[in-house]
Amino acid sequence: MKRNINNSLFQRAHVVSALGKSFTKLDPRVMVKNPVMFTVEIGTFVMFLVVMGIIFMHDTSQGKLGYNISIFVTLFITLLFANFAEAIAEARGKAHADSLRKTRKDTPAKKVFPIGELYVDEVHVVSSSELRKGDVFICEAGDIIPMDGTIIRGLASIDESAITGESAPVIRESGGDKSSVTGGTKVLSDKIMVEVSAGPGESFLDKMINLVEGASRQKTPNEIALTILLASFTIVFIIVCVTLIPFATFAKTTITIASVISLFVCLIPTTIGGLLSAIGIAGMDRALRANVITKSGKAVETAGDIDTLLLDKTGTITIGNRKATAFYPANGIPVEEFIRKAMLSSLADETPEGKSIVELARNMKLEWYPEEMEGMQFIKFTAETRSSGVDLANGTKIRKGAFDAMKRKVEQTGHQIPIELEDFVYKISANGGTPLVLEENGEALGVIELQDIIKNGIAERFQRLRKMGVKTVMVTGDNPLTAKYISEKAGVDDFIAEATPEDKMKYIIKEQQSGKLVAMMGDGTNDAPALAQADVGVAMNSGTQAAKEAGNMVDLDNDPTKLIEIVEIGKQLLITRGTLTTFSIANDVAKYFAIVPALFIAAIPSLQRLNIMNLHSPESAILSAVIFNAIIIPMLIPLALRGVEYKPIGATLLLRRNLLIYGIGGVIVPFIGIKIIDLLVGNYI
Amino acid sequence: MSTEILGILLVFVITIILAIPLGKYIAKVFSGERTITDFMKPFERFIFKLSGINPDREMNWKQHMVALLTINMVWFIYAFVMFLIQGSLFLNPDGNPSMTPDLAFNTAISFLVNCNLQDYSGETGVTYFTQLFVITFLMFVSAATGIAAMAVILRAMKEKVTDKLGNFFNYFLLSCTRILLPLSLITALLLAFNGTPSSYAAKASIKDFHGNNITVSRGPAAGMIAIKHIGTNGGGWFGANSAHPLENPNYFTNMLELVAQFIIPAALIFALGFYLKKKKLAYVIFGIMTLGFLLLVLPTIYYELKGSPTIEKLGIAQTTGAMEGKEVRFGPANSGYWSILTTVISTGSVNSMHDSSMPVSGAMQMLAMMTNAFYGGCGAGFLNYYIFILIAVFISGLMVGRTPELLGRKVEAKEIKIAAIIALLHPFIILAGTALSTYILIHNPNANWAVKPSTWLNNPGFHGFSEMLYQYTSCAANNGSGFEGLADNNIWWNISTGFVLILGRYIPIIGPIAIAGILAQKKYIPEAGGTLRTDTITFGLVTFGVITIIAALAFFPALVLGPLAEYFSIY
Repeated sequence: MKRNINNSLFQRAHVVSALGKSFTKLDPRVMVKNPVMFTVEIGTFVMFLVVMGIIFMHDTSQGKLGYNISIFVTLFITLLFANFAEAIAEARGKAHADSLRKTRKDTPAKKVFPIGELYVDEVHVVSSSELRKGDVFICEAGDIIPMDGTIIRGLASIDESAITGESAPVIRESGGDKSSVTGGTKVLSDKIMVEVSAGPGESFLDKMINLVEGASRQKTPNEIALTILLASFTIVFIIVCVTLIPFATFAKTTITIASVISLFVCLIPTTIGGLLSAIGIAGMDRALRANVITKSGKAVETAGDIDTLLLDKTGTITIGNRKATAFYPANGIPVEEFIRKAMLSSLADETPEGKSIVELARNMKLEWYPEEMEGMQFIKFTAETRSSGVDLANGTKIRKGAFDAMKRKVEQTGHQIPIELEDFVYKISANGGTPLVLEENGEALGVIELQDIIKNGIAERFQRLRKMGVKTVMVTGDNPLTAKYISEKAGVDDFIAEATPEDKMKYIIKEQQSGKLVAMMGDGTNDAPALAQADVGVAMNSGTQAAKEAGNMVDLDNDPTKLIEIVEIGKQLLITRGTLTTFSIANDVAKYFAIVPALFIAAIPSLQRLNIMNLHSPESAILSAVIFNAIIIPMLIPLALRGVEYKPIGATLLLRRNLLIYGIGGVIVPFIGIKIIDLLVGNYI
Repeated sequence: MSTEILGILLVFVITIILAIPLGKYIAKVFSGERTITDFMKPFERFIFKLSGINPDREMNWKQHMVALLTINMVWFIYAFVMFLIQGSLFLNPDGNPSMTPDLAFNTAISFLVNCNLQDYSGETGVTYFTQLFVITFLMFVSAATGIAAMAVILRAMKEKVTDKLGNFFNYFLLSCTRILLPLSLITALLLAFNGTPSSYAAKASIKDFHGNNITVSRGPAAGMIAIKHIGTNGGGWFGANSAHPLENPNYFTNMLELVAQFIIPAALIFALGFYLKKKKLAYVIFGIMTLGFLLLVLPTIYYELKGSPTIEKLGIAQTTGAMEGKEVRFGPANSGYWSILTTVISTGSVNSMHDSSMPVSGAMQMLAMMTNAFYGGCGAGFLNYYIFILIAVFISGLMVGRTPELLGRKVEAKEIKIAAIIALLHPFIILAGTALSTYILIHNPNANWAVKPSTWLNNPGFHGFSEMLYQYTSCAANNGSGFEGLADNNIWWNISTGFVLILGRYIPIIGPIAIAGILAQKKYIPEAGGTLRTDTITFGLVTFGVITIIAALAFFPALVLGPLAEYFSIY
C-alpha cells in the first residue's frame, strides 16, 4: 500500500475538494468549535458591516474605503486559509483511508445459514453490504473475502497484498492466533468458513475514516488543554483591544474599527489556531501512512509519551527464526559423519530450524548417500518428547532435541553424556545460541548450534529509543541465559525470558504502577488482556479478533518494529503543536511594533520612533501585519502536515533547539515579512 | 556615583547572604525539624489549645482554602468595624476622626490583602489603636497567610500521591511565631536605636529657628515599620512612608529596610530548594527572578542618575541626577533601586515619590508589578511564578514531544484552565479598571460626585494616564505603592480599587493551591530519560519568556500611551 500513496503534499484532487470545504466550513456552527478562529470570523463580519456602512451610509469616520475593504478581504482570506489547512488534512487522510476502503467494494458473498452447531451447506450469494455481524460465509480459492471476519473452520492461503502491499501469501486458519481475515483480500487456495466480525460501517477502517472526517473526531486531552490556553490568550487580547478604545480617546486619538480589529486578529494566536486541527488529523494520517489504523487520536498522542516498550524478540529483534550455525561432534565421532546424521534427521523436518540444518550441511558440500533415505520414517516434534528425528529402515533411531530432554533419554538407555558435550551446550547457551543435541540409538553424537540472527541496524534503533527516554523490553520464550545474551547484543534495556502472556501482563502492570506508560504489540487471543492493559496496544492485522478489539491500534503490515515508528509519530504530533504555538505567540512582538505606533502616530507624532521597521504609513503598516498574519498560515501548512522533525537528543537539548528555531525565529521572521509586505503594498495604500 | 552603586550592590549581596541560611531555617520549620526557635512551642500549643484547633489534623486543598478564606473574612469584618469607630476609641491622643465607610472598606481590604494601598495619611487618618491593633495586626496575618499558602504548595509538590497537605492553621501560626515575629523584633530594635519613634505620646510641638511652632506626629512606629517591610506590606506609619525622616532616618535604616523587605521573598525561594531537596531548581528560579529584576532595575538607575532632559534643556547642571521627589540622604541611584525592589516585591513602601521618577523608571516600576512574578510578596510571589512555571511546562513539554509534566505529575486541561484564568485575571483587572476610570473621566468629567472626576489627576496627558494605570496595577499586584498625584480618597477609587484588591489577592492564592492540590492527587511519574527537567537554565529561560511575553503583550499598548509616550515626547 505504501507504494500506492502519492507523497506530494498537495494533490490536485485534494486541493480542489479542500478549497470547496474552506467555504462550507465558514458556517459559524462549525467555526465555534475553534474559539480562536471564531473570533476572527466575528471580526470579519464586523468589518463587513463597516465596509457596508462606508458604501451605503457614507460613513467617513472609518478611513478610506479601499483600506477597509483590504482589511476585510485579508481577514476573510485568513479564515479561508485556516479552513483550508483543516480541509486539506482531512482530504489527505480521507484519501488514504479511502484507498484502503476501496479494497472492499461490493463483492458477492457466499452466505451460509447455521442451524445450531450445524451449518446448512446451502449457499446464498448476497451482496457484501448485506452482511451483518455474526453472519457466516464461505470463501474458496479465487474468492475475494467480502468482509472482515474470523475463520471458524478451515485453513487457507491468502493474498493480502491489497492491504499490506506484501505479495507473499499468508496462511490463515481457524482456532489459532492467525484466524483473522480482512475484507478485500483474496483466497488463493483451500476453503474457509468465516464469521463476520463487523458489519458495514463498523470496521476499524470505517472508524478511522470517521475520525479523520471529523464526524466523530474528538479533541484529545492535550488538544483541549492547548485550546484552553489559546482561548485565554484570545481573551487577554480582547481585553487589550477593547480597553484600548477609551485609552485612545484619553490620548485624544481616534482609532478606527479596522485598526482595532486588525490589532486583535494579529495578536490572537491565529497561526496555531488555524492549524491546530490540521496537525491532529495529520498525525493520524501519518500513522495511516505507516499502515497503522488508530482507533482514536488520543492513542497517537499517548504513543509519544511511552516510557516502556515491550517488543517480541522474534521478528522485531531477530530475523524470523533461529538458524543452524555450527556442528560440534562429541564422543570422537568424525565431523562428516556427525553432519550427515544431523542432516538425515532433518531432511523431512519442515520447521525452519530443521530446514536451516539441511541448508548449513549442504553449504558444507558434503557427499551424500541417498540410499539411507530408503524407507526412512520421520518422527515429528511433540511437546511431550521435545524432540524430532527419523527412524531408518535398518532400525536406527536418530533424534535431535533440547539438552535436558535428550539427556534424560540418553541416560535412560544407560549411556552417559560426554563431558565435552556438556561444555558445548553451556558455551552455546552463553553465546545466545540454542543447543540441539543429536542422539543415535541412545548414544549422544554431538551438538548442533542454532543462533538467532539479530536484525541489521536494530541496535541503532534501540540507541535512538534510549535517547528518547524509552525503555525497551524484549519478550521471548527463550531461557534466561539466551535471552540475556541476545538482549545485551541487541542493546535492549530489559528482557522477560520464558515469557507467558501472564508474565507480560504482570510486567505491564508493574511498570504502570510506577507511573510509566507502556506500549506493546501482540496478535494472539491470549495477548488480548495485556493489549487492553497497555497504554498503547498495537494488534497485528493477522491477529485474532479479540486481540484487535483489545488494542487501540491495528498494524496492517504485521510488522513488530512498527511500535518504534508509532512512538516517533506521537512525539512529532506534540512537537508540531508546541513549536507552532510558540512561533505564533512570538510573532506578536513584531506585530505590536507594526501596529501600535501606527494607531497613535497621528496624535502622538513622537511615537514615530517606535516604528522601528520604518513602515510606509499607518495604513500600510496595519495592512502589512494583517497580510503577514494571513499568509503565514498556508506557508506553515506543509510543516503542519509533515510534522516538525523529532530529534532524539534529550529533552533539554531538544527544547533549546526548538526554542531557537521557533521562538527566536518566531520573533525575527515577522519583522522581515512585514517589512517586505510593506514595501510591496506601501505604494498602493 | 560609584559609592552610590556600591551601596546598592552591598545591600543586594547582604540580602542574599542572609536569605540562604534563612531559607534553610524556613524549610526546617515547615518540615517540622528541630530549629533554634523551638522555645516557642509551649506558646504555640497554648494558642492552639485556646482556639480549639488540632494542628495535626491534615487538610486537603479545599479545606485549606476554606480555612484561609474564613479566617480572612473574620479579620476583614474586625478591621472594617474598627476603622469605622476608631475616633471614639482609646489610644487616640491626636483626636483623629473615624473613617468614612468607603475609606474604611478600602483600608481594611488593603491591609488584609497585604497590599497596603493607603488612601488616607497616617498622621491624620488613623489612631494609635488602629495603627497597632488593626494595621500592624493585619500586616502580620496577611504576610503569614501568604507564607502558609506557599507552605501548602511546597507540601503538595513534595508528597507523592496524597490529598493530605498539612494543617493550614499550623502553617499560619508557624509563619507568625517562627518567621515574622523574630525577624520583626530584630528590625524594630535596630530602627528604634536609629531614631524611629516608639512612643505613645501625642504630637510633639517644637519651635524652629524662626520661632515658628511646628507639630510633629509620632507614635509607637518602630514595630509597625519593621513588619511593614518584613511582611512585604509597605503601608507607612506616616503619610510620606519611608521617605519620612522618622520612618527611615538615615542611610543605615534605609539599607536595613531594603534588606528587610527583600529577605523573606528571597529566603522562601531557597526554602523551596531545601524543602523539596531540589536546590538546583531553587537556584534556577532565583536566577531567573534576578535576571528579571536586573532588567528592570538597571535602566531605572541609569535614567535616574542621568537626570531630567527637561531640566538639562534649561541649562541647569544635574550633577547628582534626577532629584525631584527624592530624599537627599538617599540619592537617585538608591531611590531607583528601592523603587524597583518595592514594586517587584509587593511591598509598596517608597523612599522617593514615584510620580517624579523619570518616564522609563515609571514604566519599569509598573512593569515590575505587571509581571508580578520576580521575587514577589511573602509567599504570594512564588505562587505567581508557579502559574508561569505551569504554562512554561505545558508549552515546552509539547515542544519536546511529551505530555507536559511538573515534578512528576501530568499537567492537563483542568490545571491549565486554572492557570489561564489567573494569568488572564491580572491584565483584566488592571486594564478594565483603568479603562473604566478613563471612560468616566472623559465622558462624565463633571459628575456630581464629592470629588469630580475632572479633578482626579494632578497631571494632564500621558502622565495623568500613568497615574491611573499605576493605581490599578499597584492594587492588582497587591503592591500598595502609589504614583501619587491621584486624588484617590473618594468613593470611585476606594470602591473600585477595593474590588481589584480582593480579586488580585485571593484568586492568585486559591488558584495555585487548587492546582498543586489536584496535581498532588495524580499518579506520580518518576523522572525518566525523556522527562523534561525543570531545573535547567533552558527551562528557566522558557519561564522567563512566558512571563515577559504575557506581560509585554498584555500591557504594551497601555505602557505606550503612558510612560513610553512621555519618554518619547521629552527625550
